[in-house]
Amino acid sequence: MSLSETADARSAATVARARALTPQAPADVPPEWSNVHAPDARKAATRSVVRPPDRRRALRAFLRNPNALVGVLLLAGVALAALLAPALFPGDPLAMVGRPVLWPAQNPRFPLGTDRLGRDVLAGLMHGARVSLAIGFAATAFALTTGVAVGAVAGYCGGRIDAALVKLVEIFQAVPGFILLIVLVAIAQPSTLTLVWAIALVSWPQVARLTRAEVRAVRAKEFVEAARSLGYGHGRIIVREILPNALPPIIVTASVMVATAILMESALAFMGLSDPNVVSWGSMIGSGRELLRTAWPLTAIPGLAIVVTVLALNLLGDGLNDALNPRLSAER
Amino acid sequence: MAALLEVDRLSVAFPTATPVRELSFAVERGETLAIVGESGSGKSLTALALMRLLPPAGRIASGSVRFGGEDLARLDERAMRRVRGAEIAMVFQEPMTSLNPLKTLGAQIGEALRLHEGLSRRAARARAIELLDLVRIPEPHRRVDDYPHRLSGGMRQRAMIAIAVACGPRLLIADEPTTALDVTIQAQVLALLDRLRAELSMALLLITHDLGVVAQWADRVIVMYAGAKVEEASPHVLFERPLHPYAKGLLAASPRLETTRHYRDGPLTEIPGSIGSAARERGCAFAPRCPEAVSACRAQVPALTFAGEDRLVACPVALHTESREAPSPSIADAISTSSRRGEVRRPVL
Repeated sequence: MSLSETADARSAATVARARALTPQAPADVPPEWSNVHAPDARKAATRSVVRPPDRRRALRAFLRNPNALVGVLLLAGVALAALLAPALFPGDPLAMVGRPVLWPAQNPRFPLGTDRLGRDVLAGLMHGARVSLAIGFAATAFALTTGVAVGAVAGYCGGRIDAALVKLVEIFQAVPGFILLIVLVAIAQPSTLTLVWAIALVSWPQVARLTRAEVRAVRAKEFVEAARSLGYGHGRIIVREILPNALPPIIVTASVMVATAILMESALAFMGLSDPNVVSWGSMIGSGRELLRTAWPLTAIPGLAIVVTVLALNLLGDGLNDALNPRLSAER
Repeated sequence: MAALLEVDRLSVAFPTATPVRELSFAVERGETLAIVGESGSGKSLTALALMRLLPPAGRIASGSVRFGGEDLARLDERAMRRVRGAEIAMVFQEPMTSLNPLKTLGAQIGEALRLHEGLSRRAARARAIELLDLVRIPEPHRRVDDYPHRLSGGMRQRAMIAIAVACGPRLLIADEPTTALDVTIQAQVLALLDRLRAELSMALLLITHDLGVVAQWADRVIVMYAGAKVEEASPHVLFERPLHPYAKGLLAASPRLETTRHYRDGPLTEIPGSIGSAARERGCAFAPRCPEAVSACRAQVPALTFAGEDRLVACPVALHTESREAPSPSIADAISTSSRRGEVRRPVL
């Protein structure tokens, strides 16, 4: 290495340090390259990195994100438990199968012990995963369908239709969500289906508001006007031009909504407002509550399952957000 | 034969203003008509009104838009949708945002074809490749599957043009098609539009504030001010002898590289004031900014009057001055230069 090169390297290091110390140096300026004297070239290169060209790139960014991967793996584990539950525990998880209040690992037949009525905790946990995931995803699906439809129509049409739909959304949002949920479930017979509907009814306004805001933003873009100038109808413009461009934040919200729905179901089950004929994590916590001081694992184990599932969905949401939104922000 | 498009006393109204007032003009088959004027003069609103794509608050208050035997101003929405894209198409100003970022070029060109001409997916794709080739996008076979962000601004505008001409419209409205492009690309895009106009035998309605574009590409020019036509002429006549004070001001305010010494010598001038002064003006909308205004200008709106063959102007003062002054030798010289230039006006791409 020649003397001048080392000197160059040293001065470059000094420049870098000075930059780090100067607070007003903009964060997005790439580091100085002493051998390149074309600032535009460097900027251009950075821009193409910031803006992934297609959805495959977004997928790769998503899978490179360690948080997102952990989320996917945890969720896959929960889903696997839900799928394997009927195979591994073919009987009714609510059946009394052993001595009551066995601690975990006390009896090899019941690795996680038994509850106050002698029901297998592991069987309950795995069957509970079925209920939690089913309710979480079904409620989110209904809420998304309703919310996206209402939000898209309101955002696209504007005017009186928009005002009327926003009022409708506001009526739902005026009542605290969980109170409304309790009232709905208390009126209807608590079953899995009514739970799904009730949770969907409580969560769709959020989707509708988000979709409306996104659609309004996209509607103002020129390609929508270009689509109108080509004679496309309103339905085609909403479905094919606007919604795909408004989707990324909605997808991110959906993953968090699943988590929220699972929490809502657990809370209802804890209070005994869930379907009494199926085992769910919330109802397991509820029945373990009375033995909290003597047999805390009865509460802790299903609680942990909820924590893991909700955490997984939130990590997934964060990962999706990171993968889908930089492109959006670069384009706006 | 009637003109392709006949706009008759078209007014566009918003709740608080009437930005286009009693505008009449015609576009002949295969010609290029340019509409010029500063921002806010109602050029773009006129284009949107022709397509019936006005913003929700705006509406066509009066007048008719005759196109192919029908009055577009009174057509119902469903019939209008069949006109848009198929009969009249539009190219927008901003190529960077006028393409859907989530669909490939082929999908975007093909969608119009499948909607209006009922082509199959496969046939639409084949046509899309042909169209990309027609607008001189290199390697159309590969580009057809590209997303818009992989194209430069000029290429995107070419793709926009390909979408617009996909269904063989009889009229193409280009709303400042080159404003967002750099100068070398501007010339290419305009040459492309002009070539397509000839090859596809469509008329071109060119909306611009670039007088250089008008001089080079238009067959006829309409000068608009505050929503009204103030002068109409062929470009070489207008450029050598503008009659309306506003047209004079526009020409004086634009830098020129051509050999007409007339406006090049001396500094660029500006038109004092802003178009906002036209809002509540009673008589001629341009009167507050006009160097030649007389008191009569503020009394009533001046009518469009013929000032020679194929020439209309809405300024009695200018017309009066014009009739008294014989053209000076230098101007006559300039006119002959321009008509010679007119013969070679269309360079081939």
